[in-house]
Amino acid sequence: MFSYCSDPDTLGTFGWFSCYLSNGVHMSFYLSFVKVLLLLAITAPVALGFGFLGAMASRSRVLPLRWLGKGYIAIVRGVPDIAFFLFFVIALDQMFEWTRHQILCPDWTDPVRQGNDFLVCPQAKLPLGTSPEWMHETYGFFLAVITFALVFGAFAANVLFGAMRAVPRPQLETAEAYGMSHRQTFWRILVPQMWVYALPGLSNLWMVLIKATPLLFLLGVEDIVYWARELGGTKTSRFTSYPHGDWRMWYFLFLLVFYLGFTRISEIVLDRIMKRLTFGQATAGGEAQRKAAA
Amino acid sequence: MKKLILGTAALALTAGLAWADGHGKTVRMGTEGAYPPYNFINDNGEIDGFERDVGDELCARAKLTCEWVKNDWDSIIPNLVSGNYDTIIAGMSITDERDEVIDFTQDYFPPTASAYVAAADGVDVMSGVVAAQTATIQAGYVAESGATLVEFATPEETIAAVRNGEADAVLADRDYLVPLVEESSGALMFVGDPVPLGGGVGMGLRESDGELRDKFDAAITSMKADGTLNTLLIKWFGEETQTY
Repeated sequence: MFSYCSDPDTLGTFGWFSCYLSNGVHMSFYLSFVKVLLLLAITAPVALGFGFLGAMASRSRVLPLRWLGKGYIAIVRGVPDIAFFLFFVIALDQMFEWTRHQILCPDWTDPVRQGNDFLVCPQAKLPLGTSPEWMHETYGFFLAVITFALVFGAFAANVLFGAMRAVPRPQLETAEAYGMSHRQTFWRILVPQMWVYALPGLSNLWMVLIKATPLLFLLGVEDIVYWARELGGTKTSRFTSYPHGDWRMWYFLFLLVFYLGFTRISEIVLDRIMKRLTFGQATAGGEAQRKAAA
Repeated sequence: MKKLILGTAALALTAGLAWADGHGKTVRMGTEGAYPPYNFINDNGEIDGFERDVGDELCARAKLTCEWVKNDWDSIIPNLVSGNYDTIIAGMSITDERDEVIDFTQDYFPPTASAYVAAADGVDVMSGVVAAQTATIQAGYVAESGATLVEFATPEETIAAVRNGEADAVLADRDYLVPLVEESSGALMFVGDPVPLGGGVGMGLRESDGELRDKFDAAITSMKADGTLNTLLIKWFGEETQTY
């Protein structure tokens, strides 16, 4: 990156590190932090959406819908994450390709499964064999987002389902007494009040989600833990201009600081949201706030 | 939820339709990127090494457009058979067990010697604790040798296990170990005799991909015939390595 980096052997400690930390592999390392943050930024709202729909479905008055919601929560919560991540993504990918295969190549006669091989026609490949590597990586990333959102959505659904039941019954009765319909009661009374009960559970999920990001590597996305392991490993002078011993400890120490800092910031933000949500609520927290203000 | 899934499916189905026609197929080459000198990530973040050179040359000779893909070792065969890439070129020795699942080209690296490396002289590699990478021929060999096998996901971790005393020795390809031993300033050393293992290193392909395999086979034959393969072997593995 810098002009003096052409011969790192001659540099002093500071110069050496400035070159080492700005070479191409380290850029990939820094980029992986962006990937992780992007994953969190996309997954969290999508998972919350899945959770909300799941919770609504499981308290629906329509029986099949209720089965769907309960089934989703029970199945996804019950399957170990790692099995889900290993199996589901390949299955999802093959489902997409198989569907495309049926639509795009109706004349194809060879079987899709031949022994161990999964073969669809070239037009059905996803992304296409001809597309550049970044499209393959983006596709992999979105499969990861869907998987994460489905898994965490099930947990969120259960949290929201409980929160919806925790809203005091008199609140709903009062709404009904004012002549609100079922739908009005739900959107105007129940939903605004349930968040204060849901937040502790949801904040747990957020923390777990942050720490679950290294599972990304199972999905073929090169995340920060992969790069820390790769960069920290012993490098001999034959294959790099920056030979060093086993530095994984330092890289993982850096990850430790990153994760701790990130969860700490999350805690502060969540605390503020909690204060805001408690305001004016018929809970012990809301009561304490009212007394402090009076 | 259902709507969302259907929506995503529809999106996935329509995306890429535009690219459906057009230029020829790109061959995607899968490798591990953690096993120098065979394959590794260089300072610029690109895949480099003996196999990068061989692979690029093979593609040029077979007139194929190739692209390099990284995948971790554990899932390298499942991802090949499900079609995420088209070849494995990752220092993979040709063995009967693997041949049942995938196909191999002829070898582009002669049958190699594996070797034991330990932190002290006089370690008994037949009864001690020996580290090896998961799902390698070395791991299989250690398991049958009577030693206690400890497996690790990456080659790097097998070496670290010896350095910190978790294992008495590590068994790996000799060519991978040589630079590590040379630069360890005496902390690591070869022990015992080299073990000849495997039937050479070949390129792995899906069993249904006979046509592509023939192309690469022909290209390897031509590289062997005009000596370019030997030049590359000497460039990456030194003068004393076996050649064709």
